[in-house]
Amino acid sequence: MGKSSLLWRRAAVIQAVRRFFQEHAYLEVDTPVRLPCLIPEACIEPEEASGWYLQTSPEICMKRLLSAGIPRLFQICKCFRRHERGARHLPEFTMLEWYRSEADYTDLMTECEALFAFLAEAQDQREVVVGEGRVGLAAPWERLTVAEAFSRFAPIPLAEAMAQGLFDEIFIQHVEPRLGWERPCLLHDYPAAMGALARLRADNLEVAERFELYVGGLELANGFSELTDADEQRARLLADQATIRTQGREPGPMPERFLTDLANLPRSAGIALGLDRLVMLFTGAQSIDRVVAFTPDSL
Amino acid sequence: MYNASDLRKGLKIMIDGDPYIINEFEFNKPGKGQAHYRCKMRNLTTGNSAERTYRSGDKFEPAPLEERTMQFLYSQGSEFHFMDTKDFEQIVLDAGHLGDNAHFLVDNMEVEVLFFKGQPMDVTLPIFVNLTVTQADPWAKGDTSGTDTKPVTVETGYILQVPPFVSEGDRIQIDTRTGTYVTRVK
Repeated sequence: MGKSSLLWRRAAVIQAVRRFFQEHAYLEVDTPVRLPCLIPEACIEPEEASGWYLQTSPEICMKRLLSAGIPRLFQICKCFRRHERGARHLPEFTMLEWYRSEADYTDLMTECEALFAFLAEAQDQREVVVGEGRVGLAAPWERLTVAEAFSRFAPIPLAEAMAQGLFDEIFIQHVEPRLGWERPCLLHDYPAAMGALARLRADNLEVAERFELYVGGLELANGFSELTDADEQRARLLADQATIRTQGREPGPMPERFLTDLANLPRSAGIALGLDRLVMLFTGAQSIDRVVAFTPDSL
Repeated sequence: MYNASDLRKGLKIMIDGDPYIINEFEFNKPGKGQAHYRCKMRNLTTGNSAERTYRSGDKFEPAPLEERTMQFLYSQGSEFHFMDTKDFEQIVLDAGHLGDNAHFLVDNMEVEVLFFKGQPMDVTLPIFVNLTVTQADPWAKGDTSGTDTKPVTVETGYILQVPPFVSEGDRIQIDTRTGTYVTRVK
């Protein structure tokens, strides 16, 4: 497929995504890209912009709107993450993010199935091509806990990988490449330490209500049952700021208004999905470079 | 000093006291996880290949290589002969040291020869080289197979994909960093 056909397909996917959310009563928003403070994240380095920062995701503003009483909202926007460049990464990429009140992460998993069913219908494409493989998109998808995925694919169990600080290494080498080949895989229940902004399970405080969507080894989305406890959230952010300092980086200021608004955050769930990667899936493109109009190297 | 985020194809770094060049490079990072950099590289001293994975935070010394402009004279079997055009000193590099660079050397081409502790290790090529196509299948007009490229062989024996209109005897420009076709030249 030439560049022009790929850009037409990209536009078609984005237009179908918009129709899906409109039909499900979601408000489309566009929030500022440049912000005075971000959620500090140990493994994501933001781009500075005249003393502020370019967003690494739109979550702060979107959760503040959720707190202000908008029950369902979605956004398609640019996000920026320094040094992230590879066959599946661009330092400036397009994110689809959506939030829903009165819902938890299992509702979002089901909604992901519905979104893909809608896109499959709109694109008239019941399966996608990833490298040498084909993956059918029909629901129900596989739901696998992180612990199950490790016992199935990794050389050591999850608890041991965590204790040795080898989670990412083993995950990248042994687990990720094998997820979502027979059908899409919803990997869920991350160790509490990797909860980020997710609520812990009430019936099991060892794990967080967080999931990721994988198709043919490609990570597409990350979702949470949102943490609504501001004190717990502040403690986690402080821990992340401390980690950032040990890396020799300076964490930005604490997102105080976000933490204040968290008191009004309803029971809710939110998810971020890499839109460029979604286009890769529906076009069979093997490199993210193929599905964007320009890459940084071509500017 | 290089950081892991500086790693890229062609970078030359010291590992355990030996100079290495990175031949292939793959970035991977779970959205919320640590960045990993899988590198396939060649030990410039021995020509041996190695594969290693680095994480964000890893640091590297640049390989202290000395560059001298030399002219490629000719190849004989797997030996490639170069000459310093100022003092006429000649050196020989074998194919193992040159790796993919051997595909783009034509007689009289000027290149930078890299020396480590006085020994020649590798060459740095111009980014673009022009080579003559020595073998190409004619383009079947009306071919509806949908492929928009075909393979051709150039004077060095290297095979690459080009647009269908390129024919035998044409000169084409190749990007030596990627080994890919750039354009047809007059």
